[in-house]
Amino acid sequence: MMNAALQTNFARLQIMKRKVLAALRKGENYELKTELNSEYKERRKEAVRRVIANMTVGKDVSGLFTDVLKNMHTDDLEIKKLIYLYLINYAKTQPDLVILAVNTFVKDAEDTNPLIRALAIRTMGCLHVQEVLDHLSDPLRKCLKDPSPYVRKTAVMCVAKVYDLSPTTAEENGFVEDVRRALSDSNPMVISNAVTVLTEINEMAPGQNVWRLDAKSVPTLLAAVNECVEWGQIAILEALADYTPKTEKEAESICERLLPRLQHANGSVVLTTVRLLLNYEKYVHRADLLSQFTKKMVPPLITLLSSEPEIQYVALRNINIILQRHPKLLSKEIRVFFCKYNDPIYVKYEKLDVLVRICSERNTEPLLNELKEYAREVDVDFVRRAIQAIGRLAIRYESSADKAVKVLVELLQLKVNSVVQDVVVVLRDVFRRYPRNFADVVPTLCEHIDYVNEPDAKAALIWILGEYSEHISNISNLLGTCIESFLEEEDEGVQLALVNSAVKFFLKRPQQGQALVLKALQTATEKCANPDVRDRAYIYWRLLSADPNAARTVALVEMPPVELESANLSAPLLEELVAELGSVASVLQKPSRLFVYKKADKAGVPRDSEMAYTGLDDAEGGAASAGDNGTTGGIDTSNEGEPELLISF
Amino acid sequence: MLSAVFIYNQKGEVLISRLYRHDVKRSVADVFRVHVISSPTSVIRSPVTTLGSTSFYHIRYDNLWLCAVTKNNASAAMVFEFLYRLLGLGVSYFGRFDEESVKNNFVLIYELLDEVLDFGYPQNIEVDTLKLYVTTESVRSSARGGLQSDVVTGIPHSITMQATGTTTWRRNDIVYKKNEAFVDVIESVNLIMSAKGTVLRADVQGQIVMRSFLSGMPECKFGLNDKLVLDRDPAAGNTTVASSQMGRRQGGMSGMGDGESVEIADCQFHQCVRLGRFDTDRTISFIPPDGEFELMRYRTTENVNLPFKVLPVVREMGKTRIEYEVLIKSNFSAKLSATNMVVTIPTPPNATKCRIKVTGSGAGKAKYNPEENAIVWRISRFQGLQELALTAVVDLTPMTKPVAWSRPPIALDFQVLMFTASGLLVRFLKVFEKSNYQSVKWVRYMTKAGSYEIRI
Repeated sequence: MMNAALQTNFARLQIMKRKVLAALRKGENYELKTELNSEYKERRKEAVRRVIANMTVGKDVSGLFTDVLKNMHTDDLEIKKLIYLYLINYAKTQPDLVILAVNTFVKDAEDTNPLIRALAIRTMGCLHVQEVLDHLSDPLRKCLKDPSPYVRKTAVMCVAKVYDLSPTTAEENGFVEDVRRALSDSNPMVISNAVTVLTEINEMAPGQNVWRLDAKSVPTLLAAVNECVEWGQIAILEALADYTPKTEKEAESICERLLPRLQHANGSVVLTTVRLLLNYEKYVHRADLLSQFTKKMVPPLITLLSSEPEIQYVALRNINIILQRHPKLLSKEIRVFFCKYNDPIYVKYEKLDVLVRICSERNTEPLLNELKEYAREVDVDFVRRAIQAIGRLAIRYESSADKAVKVLVELLQLKVNSVVQDVVVVLRDVFRRYPRNFADVVPTLCEHIDYVNEPDAKAALIWILGEYSEHISNISNLLGTCIESFLEEEDEGVQLALVNSAVKFFLKRPQQGQALVLKALQTATEKCANPDVRDRAYIYWRLLSADPNAARTVALVEMPPVELESANLSAPLLEELVAELGSVASVLQKPSRLFVYKKADKAGVPRDSEMAYTGLDDAEGGAASAGDNGTTGGIDTSNEGEPELLISF
Repeated sequence: MLSAVFIYNQKGEVLISRLYRHDVKRSVADVFRVHVISSPTSVIRSPVTTLGSTSFYHIRYDNLWLCAVTKNNASAAMVFEFLYRLLGLGVSYFGRFDEESVKNNFVLIYELLDEVLDFGYPQNIEVDTLKLYVTTESVRSSARGGLQSDVVTGIPHSITMQATGTTTWRRNDIVYKKNEAFVDVIESVNLIMSAKGTVLRADVQGQIVMRSFLSGMPECKFGLNDKLVLDRDPAAGNTTVASSQMGRRQGGMSGMGDGESVEIADCQFHQCVRLGRFDTDRTISFIPPDGEFELMRYRTTENVNLPFKVLPVVREMGKTRIEYEVLIKSNFSAKLSATNMVVTIPTPPNATKCRIKVTGSGAGKAKYNPEENAIVWRISRFQGLQELALTAVVDLTPMTKPVAWSRPPIALDFQVLMFTASGLLVRFLKVFEKSNYQSVKWVRYMTKAGSYEIRI
């Protein structure tokens, strides 16, 4: 008995082994092919699952097309859905074979179960194959008039898919007209999908004005907003935001009807409502209403800051834009933008920007304290931005300069390498803004001279040495040491700064400075490899030997005050971005035309990697930075806008 | 709109890939992996990555990356809302959402993805509705079902009506023997306090979670001690609480006198709440979904009752030693107590040894945890109006290149039952249903720490 059992087991093992080996020989697809044609339902089902699993990880299973298709005619909804998924993926590669599937689709579209009818029509649309279109028209026409709203809303969406593939087919069959009619459907979801589809078709066919929201449909949409799912609300709100009301009364009533949307739990509904309200500001003229609208926007915008970090990020990028339209909007709420220690870094950056933007003269003190905290954190970039923010506040509000400089000096004394570099650069800008105020800080700064080791910071420090030479007791030593290592400096900016400061020092104290300036000019003209530095040194040399007084008027002249680079977007760009609030454009702060390619110009789509947007810093630069300008040859006097002319270098 | 949705594991292997539009290829999944998941810079600088005309949006959860792809100027906020909703769907379907559960349920996930998005536009992501027709037990097609087809066809019809109707969140045929509703008021209190003890920022984020087990289509009205309502109608403050249970429970609430009201800075509602009604007279009226849902979220910033006051003294004694003295006082009724309290006190990365002492009754245990660079102080129960203290001396190894310590804030975690930091109270919950049944309602309150930071 035992023996027999063992033997059969052994025989089974042998068979299995043979099977496995065979499978290995012929590859997995071969095995799947056999399984898909198995006489057992369960095995076929399992095989379909495996096909989809392979498809997911990127293996090519397109060779199994006919075998998969054979299983399509089934009562099992799970298999059906999986096979549909397979078809969506591979239909394009096998257009002639897809026709084999059409029959089942057409039959399914007449099933008594609305779920199956909808599934068939939804999937057929996704196939994206011209050949299927002809077979799709009849079922689609029926489904657009289906008694079940679930089927109708799916059919409406299918029209967008048809239009995407062939606008003429969609027009000739009157599908677009059907969708327009669906705007007055009894079901809110059908209405919202219709709005979605018409908006999309407008985008697909720019300039053709396939659909324009007219005053007649507005009341239906306003009613549907209250009833449809949140996603549909967004579609309707977007359509209304782009609509031009016929009368001021209409604009007012639309705004009032939609105000409650600000209380929706979905952050996107809130942002789209804000977008609508901002867009309608040009149509509504009653001051009381306008102020009511903006007042109502504030709490929901702030609430967005307690949602998930990614949504916070989108909200903050948008708040940044909104604040440029309404600078005073959040000035009372500055504290909610204080960073939590564990906020993701991208949220911290944005909060910092908003903080500086909304800070008024009144609340610089708490903000400066806050920025000091940030400047002690770990992330070097964040620390730099915090320090630059301190500089911006100091330059913007004279009353805050004392406190700001005090904070900067405290940070300097932490002796953290990167902090020292950033602080020195920022101090230089602050000193330039208030030339006579901070002489007493300079000695403390000089105590930290050994920590200054990055070119920008060095150049800034040397500029300060030249400017405040009369306040520094050991100035000859300090400048002397720097000039000793003149040739070791590889950065042009540092070398130029050294030449300048030596000249300035000499002009202020000829006796003490003579040896220094000679050494500096000699090294620069004779040994320096950089032509710009050499030229600069020659000019000074000749100027000094020809007419020291002329040199004085050049080197020691009062400089134009440092001005803050505006962190604001240009007015037309701002308008464009307000109109696209909540979108990717608002996050990137670039208008959509720069990164969205319409069908028409698809040929010219640049390759992804080449078009990579790196930082977006151009709009949010720090305080006017003088350090960079030396490199472009500071002799250019025609360029009055540059903060640094030939005077300082 | 969304062109594709991908789910990756930690290593960046694609677990789920669903394309919705023909403007992207399957291979964009690799682009995201190369540029973001395996990017050498470990810190993510933005959750939105735009490369050329393609934008990738991602969120992370457990060991997964959820990524959506768009080619047009889609609403970024909507994409993230969608991804989080998808996540919630996964959690609700599979109990948890991680690599294993995604792999085990990939067929079901594809079914869900087919249902929640059409041509890249979100359709219906209501868990309760989806569970009716996207099930682990595959639904049979009724068409060729033969005998029972008549019976079955009725069901899909009602499902689809619900999936598209005005109350997508509720079936109309729910019956309970005992009609009950449970209301949980859960508040997270956020604090940033300066080292000197000044409150830089304090606010409360509240959440009202309801579990409704009510028959039929109940019409609910919900009332809070909202200042705007009570100011408008002073009489309303005196109305008795709708059900006795609520009244009894409220007796236990302390720190809040009757008739006191709360200034709600802002609130957001579940989509079942009629926003228009709220906008006109601040009435919260709705037909609730069945089972658990978040009825509303609110935020208050005025008069926040901070449950704990922390007085930290941190002295850096030269380069080799730091001394800590941390005193914590509870600031709520002695009848209540906080549980599961954890105080995280940061230490510098070069700390070697800590001598820690805690004082006060039931002061719990404090331990130095080198991985976290912190002293972790656990207190299982912290009575109201009590004081506990911790002193510690931390030795530091001298470093060749001294780096200033960034002094991260002390963080508190806790929960206090029957206490609301905002002072919010539920005044009533009225349920009207056409069969006029009696319903029983319960309310609970809890305050927990959101981000409760004290700088040192």
